[in-house]
Amino acid sequence: MLWNLPFITVVILTLIGLVTVLLKKNIIKILLGINILNSAANLFLITLGYREGGVAPIYTLAPSDLMVLPTPQALVLTSIVIGVATSALVLSFAIVIQKKYGTVDIDKIRRLQG
Amino acid sequence: MDMSAPLLTGYGIWVPVAWLAASVVAGIVIYLLWKTGESSYKKGTELERPYLSGNMEPEKGAVHVRASNLYWGFLQALKGYYDVLVPVHTGVLTDYMIWFVAVTAAILVFVGVLS
Amino acid sequence: MTFSDFIITNAPVLLVAIPLLAAFLCPVMGKISSMVRNFWVMGMMLVTAAVAFILAYRVFVTGPVIYVFGAAAANLAIPLDSGGIPIRIIFTVDAMSAFMDIICAIVGVSVLLYSLSAESRNSSLEGYYTLFFLMIVGVFGMVSTGDIFNFFVFLEILSLASAGLIAYRIDGGLAVEAALKYFILSTLGAIFVLFAIGIFYGQYNALNIAMIAERMQFSMLDKIALVLLVAALAMKCGAVPLHFWTPDAYSMAPSSVTAFLVVASQASLYGLFRVVFTMYNITMNCVTVGWIIIIFGVLSMVVGVTMAIPQKDIKRLMAYHAVSQTGYMLLGVGVGLAVLGNAGLTSAFGFMAMEGGIFHIFNHAMYKGLLFLTAGAIIYRIGTRDLNKMGGLGHTMKYTMIFFMIGALAIAGIPPFNGFASKLMIYESVYLFNPLLAIIAMVVSILTLASFVKVFHSVFMGPKLPEYADVKEAPLPMLIGMGILAAIVILFGLFPQPVVEILVAPAAHALADQGGYIASVLGGA
Repeated sequence: MLWNLPFITVVILTLIGLVTVLLKKNIIKILLGINILNSAANLFLITLGYREGGVAPIYTLAPSDLMVLPTPQALVLTSIVIGVATSALVLSFAIVIQKKYGTVDIDKIRRLQG
Repeated sequence: MDMSAPLLTGYGIWVPVAWLAASVVAGIVIYLLWKTGESSYKKGTELERPYLSGNMEPEKGAVHVRASNLYWGFLQALKGYYDVLVPVHTGVLTDYMIWFVAVTAAILVFVGVLS
Repeated sequence: MTFSDFIITNAPVLLVAIPLLAAFLCPVMGKISSMVRNFWVMGMMLVTAAVAFILAYRVFVTGPVIYVFGAAAANLAIPLDSGGIPIRIIFTVDAMSAFMDIICAIVGVSVLLYSLSAESRNSSLEGYYTLFFLMIVGVFGMVSTGDIFNFFVFLEILSLASAGLIAYRIDGGLAVEAALKYFILSTLGAIFVLFAIGIFYGQYNALNIAMIAERMQFSMLDKIALVLLVAALAMKCGAVPLHFWTPDAYSMAPSSVTAFLVVASQASLYGLFRVVFTMYNITMNCVTVGWIIIIFGVLSMVVGVTMAIPQKDIKRLMAYHAVSQTGYMLLGVGVGLAVLGNAGLTSAFGFMAMEGGIFHIFNHAMYKGLLFLTAGAIIYRIGTRDLNKMGGLGHTMKYTMIFFMIGALAIAGIPPFNGFASKLMIYESVYLFNPLLAIIAMVVSILTLASFVKVFHSVFMGPKLPEYADVKEAPLPMLIGMGILAAIVILFGLFPQPVVEILVAPAAHALADQGGYIASVLGGA
């Protein structure tokens, strides 16, 4: 049961993220929702690589019997970097839109339609 | 490699080069027919001006049919369809994301995950 | 090792490394002078294209090429002490990837040539070219990689660079609005892809596409991963009803970028095909998934073209046509997928449908790129994108008009241009599968022609308007950029069979032949 807790957290985080993304109208809040979803994905990956009692896969002289899988950690590191770039870009868009439109409410940012 | 080999479509063939040759021949025939037309009009006279039932020719620019006047009939005939379709493109990001998640859910059902 | 050996061995990675180098040295070159920068970007693009062609030639002559990062030898996919598991990041370039590489190289060169003069009036072009090269990196990476996580990374590089370029001309906030919508949607899609990658990794302890394909069980989790990938990639390639970002982003991006965004969407389309054909193939329920793709295709064709007809913005109109044409590719390849499990039907028409769909990818990139470039040339000269304000430009922009006609006739599937050849293949094979689908496809073609007649009439026909009395022809580099694409449109239209034999059929074979892909990476069959 305890071993499943991270997966349950992943599901909860995914739901929270999806609800935030779909129901919130503020660009910043939507971005936060996306960040929560991203964290859920990262947690999912990192949990997949976890082995109970394993050591970190960075130490050459570690006992070689049980290690946490290194690949998911590399994946998550990459994914976090991409997430930072994403957040920065969306925030900069939000700044420009706030300047030009005077709002960050997604319902009012709809000059392109039809 | 035979460059002008016919394209096999599994059902028939398509030979663009032959088609092109045929259209060149057709073009020559059309040109010859056109050449037989009357060519003795006088340049720089009334003969060159458009005949609009005796009315004065309107200004250039006023005679150009603008884009939104084209296909008015088509759009009018399909009004019911367009009245549904165009408002769906709301321009609201939330709607777009709801569509995305909803279609994902629909495919989940279709593939047989949620059934 | 000689220089040419070095190039040939390392071509897959050079395809990504050269544009990256070009991208990040571009600001430095810009500090020297704008002339040096222009030579730099053009030179690097030509080098990249040359490498792409060398690689494609090698792939089409000798079969799939793999490149393993950090291995003792470039083609050593499985380290000797790993117990048969490919652990390294790998680029797997088979005929389908090489096919996409060629598209990207051709469109990249002509678009960059076009940009040199189209963007010359704007400042801070270093950022523009840097992002442009990052887009090229993204496309080459996505189509070349043999590692699913790597695919995700390149997908994100492509999204980031595209969003930056869409927003590049802020345009009173409109361009930023388009970029925001595109980017948030594609980030959501990318997170779906990441979840799917997690599912694969959790089940098969592998990220290598060939390894996953070999171990594929099509369990419940695999179904979820399939759905996530299909939905996300269908959204990225702009299939209805996930197309909403397409008209916004395509219409607000600078025209040269729009032409390349078409290729970017097709890289996602490639990803979709790679997932369903190479990773799942016949382990899954091909008929169901094939029909999902067919439905996406039919909806895209019909909704795309009908939404295009009332548009008033020239680029928005063309963007809806891009959605509509994507439908043809989805239809063709979807039919191929739906009959994949049945050898008789596949050889009767399924394979031909796939060839038609794949050929259409190439043709679409060429004529759609051409059309967006002509639209860009018109906007560049008269400063408006509103069709209602245009007219009479045929008197002054003759070459642009000719290029537009070539593109418009090709997209409508009028012989002898290339659009006709691929559409004919799709019609005739799809007719054998389901006559109704073929009829819909033909009606959509007619509506496409109708819609482009409207554009042609309202832009080029009519008397010379007084407000555009002193409009000049587009500058020469723009015309050359358009001319390259127009020449290919005509050439491929006149000689379709050699193209199908040399490029398209191997690509379709590579896509359908899952065993061959796995064998090229893991060795043995």
